[in-house]
Amino acid sequence: MIEVENLHKHFGSKVAVDGVSFTVKKGEVLGFLGPNGAGKSTTMRMVTGFLPPTQGRVTIGGADIEANEIEAKSKIGYLPEAAPLYSDMTVEGFLRFAAEMRRVPANEITAAVNKAIETTFLEPVRHQSVDTLSKGYRHRTCFAQSIIHDPEVLILDEPTDGLDPNQKQEIRQLIRRMGETKAIIFSTHILEEVEASCTRAIIIDRGRVIADGTPAELMAKASNAGIVTLRARGLAGSGIKAELEKLDVVASVETIASDENGITARITPAKGRADKLSTAVFGVCKDKNLSVEELRVEEGRLDLLFREITKTDADK
Amino acid sequence: MDAFITLILEFAIPTLIVSAIFVAILFYVLPREVRTIFKRELKSYFTSPIAYVLFVVFLGISGTLSFFFTGVLEGGEADLFLPYFQYLPWYLVLIAPAVGMRLWSEEQRLGTLELMLTMPLAPWHAILGKFLAAGVVLFAMLVLSFPIVWTMNFLGDPDNGVIMAGFVATFFVALCFLAVTSVISAITRSQLVALLVSVALCLMLWLGGLPHLSELIMNLKGGWLVFWPILKLVNGLGVMPHFTELAKGVLGLRDIVFFLSFITFCLFATSVAIRLKRA
Ligand SMILES: Nc1ncnc2c1ncn2[C@@H]1O[C@H](COP(=O)(O)OP(=O)(O)OP(=O)(O)O)[C@@H](O)[C@H]1O
Ligand SMILES: [Mg+2]
Repeated sequence: MIEVENLHKHFGSKVAVDGVSFTVKKGEVLGFLGPNGAGKSTTMRMVTGFLPPTQGRVTIGGADIEANEIEAKSKIGYLPEAAPLYSDMTVEGFLRFAAEMRRVPANEITAAVNKAIETTFLEPVRHQSVDTLSKGYRHRTCFAQSIIHDPEVLILDEPTDGLDPNQKQEIRQLIRRMGETKAIIFSTHILEEVEASCTRAIIIDRGRVIADGTPAELMAKASNAGIVTLRARGLAGSGIKAELEKLDVVASVETIASDENGITARITPAKGRADKLSTAVFGVCKDKNLSVEELRVEEGRLDLLFREITKTDADK
Repeated sequence: MDAFITLILEFAIPTLIVSAIFVAILFYVLPREVRTIFKRELKSYFTSPIAYVLFVVFLGISGTLSFFFTGVLEGGEADLFLPYFQYLPWYLVLIAPAVGMRLWSEEQRLGTLELMLTMPLAPWHAILGKFLAAGVVLFAMLVLSFPIVWTMNFLGDPDNGVIMAGFVATFFVALCFLAVTSVISAITRSQLVALLVSVALCLMLWLGGLPHLSELIMNLKGGWLVFWPILKLVNGLGVMPHFTELAKGVLGLRDIVFFLSFITFCLFATSVAIRLKRA
């Protein structure tokens, strides 16, 4: 549905987006991660046709966002980062306006507005002026605007920003549910949302894609991914350690506690061998007749990966 | 009673016909997007106090103005109602930008431009929809100044054709000023800046057509000649001669074409300004 090819954006001499490419198919939810100023919003603005790219191409469902502007835009629902609203309208009035502008047929507008209000829990403020809404409700009103025409493509720039924990949860589930039938891109700084809602995520840093994969694949790239914690008894700790270090899938063994009769250790896998580590460790224990009291494989942590691959930025 | 019937025939009916034609065009000729934007924009004029404030200001000014010229009327020289219209554009230099200043600058300040420009509509839909809404506000202002005409007709026996021509010419000038304001408001997110710059430009536009300026250009000498192209341009764009012709009751095609092309050009310039703003 969404195809982005080699997108660049320069603001004067500043390069905000520097060759970003990706595709999102129907049924996919793509998460955008990246430090502040990485170029997430700028990329989304080009995908939605708000900003013209300096170089590169965006097609939405086969329609080029520049050459075939109106057709491409009619397939998109967009929640801008700032969640802008016309301050002189009521929530319902604004949604009606949005529905008309998004080409909802006149006789279906009321139903569309009601559905959007229900989905985003706006009933209590339905007739309130946009001007007097709290931040979270403003955000939800703008979100409602983006889904009012049931678009095939949804671009959401920090959709859960400013929402309370319950609402965050609701919106995540909503995104996940809508993702089954739409192509969705959303950006976030909350890494749990990637696991909760995305089928795929990319990490952008200084205008470039530096990681791309399913949440599981990304987590596997974190430095802690596959570390095995072992507590075993039946042999002197130093002996067990020596045995473990002989394995070629082991990079290092860090002793946490050790005595004459056992060890607790964190075993880091050799590069690219994480998947073999636990079996190998278990094999050693069996060979030496150790009793395994604990054997735990750590899942990679996204926040660690995020910090590791975007660290150079902070160091500079 | 006679005056009353005259007023209905010569003012109310033409006004209604023009309004009906406008509504028909809006509903049957223009695309739905233009209509939607027009409605939203018009509504927001009347949900905020600005339309009312401007109405009061404008009616106050035009009422006071007419007061000065009714004296002339009582003398029996009905044609001299013309001076009333000669002064009206001076006030429109202020009023039209005040009506139009929010058109695009507000959109930028609120950030809603990002919504508007990612909706499936051509930029001219939005530009025209907004322009028409502001135009209707100005139209309503002129219509609301009818008590002046009423008074004229009770006090004397003016040539209503000339008065009507004066209103038509005034409305065209107002639309030109509005179109200029549309361009400026697309350039800045500050309504105040939009207002000030537009007032300055409208003033130039109005004064540019002063007969004195044409004379001045003819008499340029020596080093001053470098200003010739600029002065000539300002003079050529000056709306005053076109206004004067129309207001005399001469429905000259040339003048109408001038006004319409000037407005079209400005609306096009607005779209260019919006495009450049994004790049
Ligand atoms: N209109 C503009 N003019 C100049 N520079 C801009 C403009 N818009 C964005 N930038 C710059 O482009 C870079 C990317 O900004 P962008 O808003 O895309 O970041 P982001 O990834 O969305 O960050 P955040 O997480 O803070 O939302 C930033 O350095 C920003 O200063
Ligand atoms: Mg951003």
